[in-house]
Amino acid sequence: MLSSATTRVAETRTEARGCALMLQGVGHSFGATVALESIDLAVARGELIALLGPSGCGKTTLLQIIAGFLQPSRGAVSFDGVRIDRTPANRRRIGMVFQNYALFPHLTVAENVAYGLRARKSPGAMVKQRVAEMLARVQMTSFGDRFPRQLSGGQQQRVALARALAIDPVLVLLDEPFSALDKNLRLDMQIEIKSLLKSCGVTSIMVTHDQEEALSMADRIVVLNKGRIEQIDTPDALYDAPASLFVNGFIGHANFLKGRTSAQPGTIALDAGCALALSGTEPPPAHRDVMVSIRPENLALVSDAQPRSIAVTIRVVMPLGAFSVIDCVTASGEAIKVSQSRAAWSGRPGDAAWLVIQDISKVHVFEATTASPSIARA
Amino acid sequence: MSTPRPPGELAPALPLALVFLAAFVLPLVALVAISLFRTPAFAELSPAQYLRFLGDPFSLRVLADTVMLGLEVALCALVLAYPLALVYVASGPLIRTGLIFLILLPLLTSTVVRTFAWIVILGRDGIVNSAMLSLGLWDSPARLLYSWGGLVLALTQIQLPLMALPLINSLLRLDGNLARAAEGLGAGRVRAFVTVILPLTLPGAIAGLLLVFAAAATAFITQTLIGGGRIILMPSYIYQQSMGVQDWPFAAALSLIFTAAVIGIVAAIGALSRRLTRGLDAA
Ligand SMILES: Nc1ncnc2c1ncn2[C@@H]1O[C@H](COP(=O)(O)OP(=O)(O)OP(=O)(O)O)[C@@H](O)[C@H]1O
Ligand SMILES: [Mg+2]
Repeated sequence: MLSSATTRVAETRTEARGCALMLQGVGHSFGATVALESIDLAVARGELIALLGPSGCGKTTLLQIIAGFLQPSRGAVSFDGVRIDRTPANRRRIGMVFQNYALFPHLTVAENVAYGLRARKSPGAMVKQRVAEMLARVQMTSFGDRFPRQLSGGQQQRVALARALAIDPVLVLLDEPFSALDKNLRLDMQIEIKSLLKSCGVTSIMVTHDQEEALSMADRIVVLNKGRIEQIDTPDALYDAPASLFVNGFIGHANFLKGRTSAQPGTIALDAGCALALSGTEPPPAHRDVMVSIRPENLALVSDAQPRSIAVTIRVVMPLGAFSVIDCVTASGEAIKVSQSRAAWSGRPGDAAWLVIQDISKVHVFEATTASPSIARA
Repeated sequence: MSTPRPPGELAPALPLALVFLAAFVLPLVALVAISLFRTPAFAELSPAQYLRFLGDPFSLRVLADTVMLGLEVALCALVLAYPLALVYVASGPLIRTGLIFLILLPLLTSTVVRTFAWIVILGRDGIVNSAMLSLGLWDSPARLLYSWGGLVLALTQIQLPLMALPLINSLLRLDGNLARAAEGLGAGRVRAFVTVILPLTLPGAIAGLLLVFAAAATAFITQTLIGGGRIILMPSYIYQQSMGVQDWPFAAALSLIFTAAVIGIVAAIGALSRRLTRGLDAA
């Protein structure tokens, strides 16, 4: 099995070789705690999916179920249409990268990478060749004889990835792969790992609670909250068209302003003292309390009142390199942030200023009273 | 490592140091001195007692038996304690509490009580014999007590906590993801145990082996009661030479040889473990 797989690596490097993953109604409970309610998810071959959600939402639990370390209480898991939820973990051919890497501390780097091949009883010469190939791919060739604790965090991560990819997996699972790395290294490793996974063409699922990481790495993002899927979409769609208040707040930064819909369809009176005319096709019903979300970069700060602008007082001006973020407060006492080019007028703390919405179609409105995700897009 | 310390810092250790000196170092020095006399009447200094030991097949045999007993008990305890420790770490909190109570129970009872329990079990009219006889499986009572096997069995049970506790400790400290990683890479349960869990918990196993070996080899009470007069081992041999025959120089030499043998074996096991666990402490 492995020999044919290895030759295939040489022949077609970029063809999608992973399997298609399907989860149907997968749920899990630890005693009385419901960790996952009912997850339906279809992942295409070669896709890179991010599971994103706050702490305790069930990300690790879902990953463990896919890997086979945990038997789901409900539902079905299938690879390429074949149910595998009764298949033990050691028969699933999944490459797992653990949050703490879980490198075997008593084995050298080369022995770690060889572990999965030896467990599959590959002939010695092939193991050697494959280990060399994998170490070269993660640029760790000269570290083969070291022990894991003699490596830096980024190097350990590379070895963990090499070990996972060495068995030519149909699926790669990464649990919070970058959380142990410092911020500078993180971006480098994100780029490196994304290109490596893509060049292998393997289906991959990574878990993260860092939305930037999910946005930058994944083809599609699955947003989880309290054991349920809030939304599955591409990074752009999640950012531009969040399906719920939760997703809107979790992906990127957003200002939330209280308001109420007027009798006239598609108009909203903000508590901050401004009337918005929405451009959307499905305006929310009249006379409802709503929450209006405006991204900081969708606002511009101006020094004079303009029609449909929001009057604010500047609190803090933070120059952040290419951009500045200006923290303001509205007449109704709500905080609101603006992110704009540093060249634009930014005033001084204490100044009165007005906020102009740049693109009304990117303003989202959610019904405030209902806790459930909803509703209308402006 | 030897940074100079202000003398006041070591003052709290002084009482212990004095006790140690009076109760351990001085007797040891006395023992060495006594062992160097040629006759029981303490006449004439010479290494005669040591030469006598080395030239006496019976004495050498007793030493070898004692070391073998310690090793056999240590290995039996290791084989029994590993599954026990694995079950412990795999269990939930309730079963863990129950198990740890059962494991600690022998430590909370006196050795004499535990040994007598084994006499009740293994004796001629003991539980095992009467059960087997009444079931018709055995025709006549087997001699379990005063036998080598009975002694190994009893000592294994009595010393089991010394093996189980360090093993449980090192299994608990083992990152559960390591076993999962092995399994995910295609290793079956047995392979994952042999290639990952066993080597990584070796320090715990070695600690247990050392403790059980030393405790079993020197377990005077259990050896005497379960072994009866039939099995002569170093502790009872020393007792017999000193209190019985009153040959204090020979008894002193026996004590020192026995101590050296135990320390030697402990050091050998320790050195072996350092070689086996090379990667664990490679800086
Ligand atoms: N072994 C367990 N026993 C009982 N409850 C558990 C167990 N493992 C997880 N849980 C619970 O299940 C829920 C989901 O846990 P999970 O570890 O999947 O969260 P997560 O999304 O990975 O969080 P984090 O980002 O903090 O790692 C949590 O409420 C957690 O308390
Ligand atoms: Mg987690």
